Amino acid sequence: MNPALQGLITIVVGVGGCVAYYYFSNQLLDKVLFPARGPEAGRNINRANMIRPWLFLFPALFALGLYLAYPVFETLRLSLTQRLPGGGSEWVGLQNYRNMLGEPKFWEALRNNMLWLIVVPAASTAFGLLAAQLTDRIRWGNIAKSLIFMPMAISFVGASVIFKLIYDTRAADQPQIGVLNALWLQFEGGFWSLVFLKIVPALILLAFAAIVAWVAWIFVRPMFKTGEPTGFWTVPLRLFVAGAAIYLIFLSLRSIVNIFGAELPYGQPQTWLTIPFWNNFFLMVVLIWIQTGFAMVILSAALRGVPEDTVEAAIVDGANPFQIFFRIKVPQIMPTIVVVWTTITIVVLKVFDIVFAMTNGQWETQVLANYMYDKLFRANDWGIGSAAAMVIMLLVTPILVWNVWNARRELR
Amino acid sequence: MAGLKLTDVAKAYGEVKVLSNINLDISPGELIVFVGPSGCGKSTLLRMIAGLEKITGGTLEIDGVRVNDVPPAQRGIAMVFQSYALYPHMTVRDNMSFALRLAGKSQAEIDAAVEKAARALQLGPYLDRLPKALSGGQRQRVAIGRAIVRDPKVYLFDEPLSNLDAALRVATRIEIAQLKEAMPDRTMIYVTHDQVEAMTLASRIVVLAGGGISQVGTPLELYERPENEFVAQFIGSPAMNLFKGEITGTGTATAVRLAGGGTAVSAVPTRDGEQGLRVNVGVRPEDLVPTDDAAFLYQGTVDYTEALGEVTILYFHAEPGETAVIAKLPGIHADLRGRNVRLKADPRKVHLFSNGKSLLYRK
Ligand SMILES: Nc1ncnc2c1ncn2[C@@H]1O[C@H](COP(=O)(O)OP(=O)(O)OP(=O)(O)O)[C@@H](O)[C@H]1O
Ligand SMILES: [Mg+2]
Repeated sequence: MNPALQGLITIVVGVGGCVAYYYFSNQLLDKVLFPARGPEAGRNINRANMIRPWLFLFPALFALGLYLAYPVFETLRLSLTQRLPGGGSEWVGLQNYRNMLGEPKFWEALRNNMLWLIVVPAASTAFGLLAAQLTDRIRWGNIAKSLIFMPMAISFVGASVIFKLIYDTRAADQPQIGVLNALWLQFEGGFWSLVFLKIVPALILLAFAAIVAWVAWIFVRPMFKTGEPTGFWTVPLRLFVAGAAIYLIFLSLRSIVNIFGAELPYGQPQTWLTIPFWNNFFLMVVLIWIQTGFAMVILSAALRGVPEDTVEAAIVDGANPFQIFFRIKVPQIMPTIVVVWTTITIVVLKVFDIVFAMTNGQWETQVLANYMYDKLFRANDWGIGSAAAMVIMLLVTPILVWNVWNARRELR
Repeated sequence: MAGLKLTDVAKAYGEVKVLSNINLDISPGELIVFVGPSGCGKSTLLRMIAGLEKITGGTLEIDGVRVNDVPPAQRGIAMVFQSYALYPHMTVRDNMSFALRLAGKSQAEIDAAVEKAARALQLGPYLDRLPKALSGGQRQRVAIGRAIVRDPKVYLFDEPLSNLDAALRVATRIEIAQLKEAMPDRTMIYVTHDQVEAMTLASRIVVLAGGGISQVGTPLELYERPENEFVAQFIGSPAMNLFKGEITGTGTATAVRLAGGGTAVSAVPTRDGEQGLRVNVGVRPEDLVPTDDAAFLYQGTVDYTEALGEVTILYFHAEPGETAVIAKLPGIHADLRGRNVRLKADPRKVHLFSNGKSLLYRK
C-alpha cells in the first residue's frame, strides 16, 4: 500500500477512534449506567456528572501514564540493576551511580551543562528582550521580528547543520566556505583585530560581570533592609546567589585577563569545533539563535502590556530611555522574564540534538543528554544510561515546578 | 512663580489638524480649567504643555522661556493622569520619590519631601504598600502626592477625578481646592468634563471647541456673559434654551418677536437699523419664571417634570426634531405636568445671538 494512503488511514482511524470513544462512552454513561430515568433520576444525573470528567480524561491520563509515568519508574529500576551476560539482570543498588560519578566524561558533561545553563537562557532572554524593545520602535519592526522568530521553525538538527557549515574549515590555500573562517582570515593582528578580538569581547565580558553584579545586588539588598518579614530559607538562598555571582564575576574578570594575554593564530583557518572550552560556546550559539525568537515574541507581548501612561509618568518624572526601560518596563514584565528564562532553562537541560549532530560530545563538549544516549544506546550499558537520565530529571524537576508555579501565578 | 504663554499653538497629526490658533496667557498662581466636548483636544493641549506631545506650531513659554523643545522633566511641570499611572511595582513611597531619586536628591531630602506630602494627603499609613493594595481614591491621592513631592511650578491634571465615585469626587475636589489654597503661587491647569468641578475650582475657564478656544473667562463671566451660543449652551445644566426670533425694537433695550408667538425683552443694546435682524434668544432654564401676564416669552404644555427637591425641572412639549424648552423652578411643582404654562424672564438674563455670536460682544 502507498505509505501516504497508510498515513491517511491512520489519521482517519485515530481521529475517528477518539470521536467514537468520547461519543459512545458518554452514551454508555448516560443511557446505560446511570440513566436519567426512574425513581433515582436526580441521583443518577449527579453521579454521571461526577464520573464524566474522568471518563473524558481517561485517554490522556492513560497515555501519559504509559509513556511518561511508567518510563520514569522503569528508568529508576533500570538505574539500580545491571544487565547480565547471556540475558537477565541483577540488582546492584547504587553501583551504577558510583561508576558514573567515577567517570571523568560524566563530570565534563555536568560542567558543560552548567555552562549551557548559565549562558544560553541569559543570552537568549537578553537578546530577546533587546529585540522586543527595539523592534517595537521601528517601522519595519514586524519584518525584523519575523526574521528573528524564523529559526524557531527550524529543527535543532537542521540548525546544527547550518552552523556546521558556518564553522566549516578548508586548508589555508583554498577558499573558505565557512563564514566564520572567512571572517577570521580577514584579521591579521592589526588595529581592527585588537578592537574586535580583544576589546569588544572584553567589554562584553565586563558587561556580563556588571549584569551579574546588578542581579546579585537586587537579590541580596533586601537582607540589609530591616523590619521586612523574611522566610527562614531566604537568607541561605540569597547568600548562595551572592556566592554564585561572585564566582561568575571572578570567571569573567579572569577571562578578560586571558583574552589580553592570549596569542591568536592569525592567518590560519581554525577548526572551531575542536577548540576545547570555546567550542561549547560555538554550540550554544545555535540554541541561542533559536531561542532568541521565542523570548522575543513572549517579551514583546509583555512589553506591549506595560501601561503607556506609566511610561509617560516616568518621562515627566525625568527618566531617560534607559531608566524607563530598566526601572519602569523591565520590573513590570519581570514575571514574564522569569517564565521565559525558566522555560529556556528546561530546554537547555535537555539539550541533545545540537551536540549530537555537531560534535557528538567530542573535544570536551559532552552534555548530560548526549552522555546518556552514549551509554544507553552505544555502550549498551542501561544501568549507567538510566542513572544519567535520573540525574537529568532531578535537575529539571525543580525548575519545572517553579516554572509551572510562576506561569500559574502569571495567569491569576 | 510661573506664568504660561501660548502663542498660536497648533497641533496636527499628519494631515489631521486637531488644534490651531491657541492663544492663552496664564498668570502665575491661576487655576485654569479646560472644558469642552469629548474629542475637542483638551488632553492634547495639556499633553503639549507637559511635553508629551510635540507642538507642531506656535510657541509655548513657561516663565517667559520658550519651552517647545525642552524635555518634560525640565519644564518644571508635574502631571496627574486620569488613570493615576502609578508604577505598579513600586511602593507608594517609591512612587512618590522616583522623580527626586532620578534628580539625584539626597535621601534626607527625599524622605522629608515624601513625609510632608504624605501628611498633607493622609497617606502616612500606606507608604509601604503597593498601589494594587489601595482604593481608587487613595491611588489618586498618591498620584497627586507624586506631583507635589517634586514641587513643580505648574501642575497639570487630566480629568483626575473621573474614575472616582460621586462622594469621593466631591471630597477629592475639595482637597484639590485646599491644596491650591495652600500653594497660592503655583499654577494649575485642570482638564475636566464636570461642570461643577470647572465652576468651583477655576479662576478662569477655557472652553475648547472645534479645534480652537471658544471663550476664556472666569466661571461667572462664562455663565453670565457667554460670547457665543456654544459656550452659552455648554456652561450650565440643563443647557440654555434658544428661541428663534426677529428684532422689533432697538435701543438700550431690545425687543424681539419670537417664533412661538411670545416677545422677549433683552437688556442687550442694539443699534438703529437692526430691526428685522434674525437672532436667537437665549434664556437659561433657571431664569424662566411662570407668569400670568398677557406679555409672555414662551408658552407651552408641560410634558414632563422632574422634582429634585430644591428645584423642579419642567420639560415643555416639543414637536419631533425640535429641542424641548426646559425651565427650572425653585420648590416642588409636580402638579404642573400636563398644564399650559406661560413663562417670562428678567431682561438682564436674556441673551441675544446672531450667527452664533453674542450681540453683547459685537464691536
Ligand atoms: N495619534 C493621533 N492621531 C490622530 N488623531 C489623534 C491622535 N490622538 C488624538 N487624536 C485626535 O485628537 C482629538 C483630540 O483628542 P483629545 O484626546 O485631546 O480629546 P479630549 O478633548 O481630551 O477628549 P476627552 O474629553 O474624550 O478626553 C481627537 O479628535 C482625536 O481623535
Ligand atoms: Mg482627554
